[in-house]
Amino acid sequence: MTRLDDLESQSIFVLREAYARLKNIALLWSLGKDSNVMIWLARKAFFGRVPFPALHVDTGKKFPEMYAFRERYAKEWNLDLQVEPCPPIETVDPTLPPAARSAARKTEGLKAALAKHGFDGLIAGIRRDEEATRAKERVFSLRGAEGIWDVRDQAPEFWNHFNASPPPGAHLRIHPILQWTEADIWAYTQREAIPIIPLYLSRDGKRYRSLGDMDITHPIPSQAATVAEILTELRTTKVSERAGRAMDHESEDAFERLRVAGYL
Amino acid sequence: MALPEPQIAEQADANAARPRAQVRIVIVGHVDHGKSTLIGRLLHETGSLPEGKLEMLKAVSARRDVAFEWSFLLDALQTERNQGITIDTSQIRFRTKDRDVLLIDAPGHAEFLRNMITGAAQADAAILIVDAAEGVRNQTRRHGYLLHLLGVRQVAVVINKIDKVGYDAARFQSVRAEIETYLTGLGLSIGAVIPISARDGDGVAKRTDKIGWYDGPTVLEAIDGLEPPPVAADLPLRLPVQAVYRIGDERIVAGRIESGRVRIGDDIVVMPGAKQARVKTIESWPALVGAPPPSEAGAGQSIGITLDRELYVDRGHLISATAEPVSSVESLRARVFWLHRAALEVGTRLVVRIGTAEARGVIKAIESAIDPGEVTAAPGLSIPQNHVGEVEIALAQPLATDPHEANAGMGRIVLEYGGRIAGGGLVLSVEAELAPHIPRDLVALAEDAARLNLQFRALSAADRIERFCAEVEGRIVFTTSFGIEDQLIAHLLWTSGAEIEIAAIDTGRFFPEVYALWAETERRYGKRIRAIYPRQDSLSRLVESQGIDGFYDSRAARLACCHVRKVEPLSRALDGAHGWITGLRAGQSDHRRTLDLVAADTGRGLLKLNPLLDLGRAEIEAMVRTAVIPINPLHAKGFPSIGCAPCTRAIEPGEPERAGRWWWENEDKKECGLHLTAQGARRKF
Ligand SMILES: Nc1nc2c(ncn2[C@@H]2O[C@H](COP(=O)(O)OP(=O)(O)OP(=O)(O)O)[C@@H](O)[C@H]2O)c(=O)[nH]1
Ligand code: SF4
Ligand SMILES: [Mg+2]
Repeated sequence: MTRLDDLESQSIFVLREAYARLKNIALLWSLGKDSNVMIWLARKAFFGRVPFPALHVDTGKKFPEMYAFRERYAKEWNLDLQVEPCPPIETVDPTLPPAARSAARKTEGLKAALAKHGFDGLIAGIRRDEEATRAKERVFSLRGAEGIWDVRDQAPEFWNHFNASPPPGAHLRIHPILQWTEADIWAYTQREAIPIIPLYLSRDGKRYRSLGDMDITHPIPSQAATVAEILTELRTTKVSERAGRAMDHESEDAFERLRVAGYL
Repeated sequence: MALPEPQIAEQADANAARPRAQVRIVIVGHVDHGKSTLIGRLLHETGSLPEGKLEMLKAVSARRDVAFEWSFLLDALQTERNQGITIDTSQIRFRTKDRDVLLIDAPGHAEFLRNMITGAAQADAAILIVDAAEGVRNQTRRHGYLLHLLGVRQVAVVINKIDKVGYDAARFQSVRAEIETYLTGLGLSIGAVIPISARDGDGVAKRTDKIGWYDGPTVLEAIDGLEPPPVAADLPLRLPVQAVYRIGDERIVAGRIESGRVRIGDDIVVMPGAKQARVKTIESWPALVGAPPPSEAGAGQSIGITLDRELYVDRGHLISATAEPVSSVESLRARVFWLHRAALEVGTRLVVRIGTAEARGVIKAIESAIDPGEVTAAPGLSIPQNHVGEVEIALAQPLATDPHEANAGMGRIVLEYGGRIAGGGLVLSVEAELAPHIPRDLVALAEDAARLNLQFRALSAADRIERFCAEVEGRIVFTTSFGIEDQLIAHLLWTSGAEIEIAAIDTGRFFPEVYALWAETERRYGKRIRAIYPRQDSLSRLVESQGIDGFYDSRAARLACCHVRKVEPLSRALDGAHGWITGLRAGQSDHRRTLDLVAADTGRGLLKLNPLLDLGRAEIEAMVRTAVIPINPLHAKGFPSIGCAPCTRAIEPGEPERAGRWWWENEDKKECGLHLTAQGARRKF
């Protein structure tokens, strides 16, 4: 098996475990490259139809291209799309630095969706290579009441056996692509011809490597105008993927605080 | 401090596209011996750190008033950085000349052994690190032992902080001898033993003058000698079933192949039950344009197959090749590690998982138990947290497994305790295949009952229920017949928030008041009570043979009726349950006086709690009044005990409580067969 085949099989295994062992799950669809790969994997896992909702926690500040993408592919892929708007910024922890605070709105939206739908599992497309606290994640990761991540007390997880019994009020985050790298995502996107938002491709010497809210996400200088060129670029770049995400860099602990409070 | 320039330049693009072997390496060893530092250093030496990372690490170190710390690269959590210790395992990638390397950092502190195992279980190889000044310590030994148990067989050793012992070759040799003796004693074969200074870089990517006396490989060279894992394609087919999906008219059996290969037309056998079939198709999505559908698949692949005949296949079943079938066992011996705070003891009940299957199990025997951290491990009778041992486990349902020697993947068990993974291990041997349904360990059950019975005497009814829920692993059912005792218990359950199923067996002959109370109770608590009905076919047959009120004719007829309307439905209500709560009270009849608070219903293989056993009628009435719990109005009209309408009459003051039930029969025979004795036989009436 090639590396991509191996990753694909592992992710499909995880998606099927989540669906079999939990009662009420949804897949978090941020419209980005990672969650599109995840939807593709879910369609493979369940032979064409994603058997749970695709939840878009919508800050209302995404790029127009992202909304267009959402409307088109929700239909084309026959998804059960659920959109959860985020509450106004005033309701979010004012002690957070500005960009982190803006990002934390998404956590609030996520909590609202959890309360509304009573999900016991949310499938999220985070990867270990993105960021150092994500590197410490489990595949099935418990979020206590209020969505809190207790990083000091993560359960053991080994040999593809997962902890899938969240106590009442808690839920699990399931991370099927935790083990993938940014390059894996693009190589797979290319191999499987998965549609992407064009903002990832270079226009006027710039492209987005990671897509978040319009006001706190910045493009990088790049000439990569095709997925193949992105792959070539990644082989030599020394810039980290989330360099363009303001919230990661405001203070040493900003991102950890976000994540502990329930951010992805 | 001055940082040297990266030694190895980024790989040329030319071979980047070529498939490269990936090897996953865990770094283990005692706390503070330098695991995280070595990883930071390796990333730096290979030029793998992203732009700005070094400056970030400098700032993070300066903020904490410490000299430059490489460990902060992976110790990303605030508590980790503030305490200078790794808490949870982490992973990072880099490339060497020949390999894609995934480095797995593991914590060295004993408290976080579960995280070390989480990391190490994913590794193909390990680097065991030993502080040159401190030498072999507890966690060095413990980690070495666990590597062996986890099946990580390629181990390189680094003797770190060689700067702290003045680059002394003799010291290196003595620590080397110490660790080599220990590891070879475990049966691990050791690759290189390398002197390094993870902090300063000596021995990591280059042999420096300071360790000029050493001419073996560097850490980087040793890494290039580690092999990726072998593929389990040559073993017999083992396919644990994850789920069966109904797509159109097809039932697709989905799972990931653990070992072997599967081809269209292969004869397979499904365990448990040894049902046989032939593989009809291998399904895939999306259908490949212009290419034939797949005709075979191998180990590691997640697939879906259809079979040539309608078999009952479900999650937890195991598909294996008919020629080399898996065996399904009710008892196994395993070498296990244990991570839970409460020690693993004979009688401990847990859930055993193998592949996608799970079964309840009980520890029947502990053959050996040792602390792998100690030099001379004294054997014990129980396996405390972070210790290892060999145990015999009896299973309540058979599980399909192979000994670990024969099939590494199928011979691994995971132990779950209190809903969380608490241990794991290797199957050493299995007992010959046995009958499909095995009663739970009756002795253990009786012992549990006796212990709880004693403990529960001093507790309130509410506390008894709470403790019972905590003690019993698995489903607990409360069966109500809507009498005053049952109403009180329902109230206690629902207001405590316990996740207990409440079931009512609707005989079809209740008083109208009972149905009214049923509805009112559901409304009041906003909950549903699960209704269980007699089997329609048995009921028709019963009424046909004895008439609609035949139970008045003879005791045999009455018992037959009770059997069809109550006893059989009850067994369905309790099927698979491990706990049963009832409203029996000692004061209700002479023979109920002899009951226990907690009893083993060995016939049904469950523990039974009678939380109100020692309460008097008046006490219960008072509690019901205070909490304003709805009760049956018939109680006020001379019906202390309410069963089916035709079989219950009002009683006179002074008569025993159950005198109004089957009043035409003798007092000492009045049970319907729901409540069994500890021996599993119905009580002699
Ligand atoms: N002098 C010297 N100090 C070192 C060397 N390697 C690591 N250290 C120091 O030893 C301390 C512990 O290093 P870590 O890398 O955090 O140790 P660890 O094994 O990861 O510790 P845990 O993960 O908590 O078990 C740090 O202060 C390091 O700077 C070395 O080669 N020489
Ligand atoms: S109480 Fe009477 S009617 Fe009800 S099940 Fe028993 S015998 Fe039959
Ligand atoms: Mg460490």
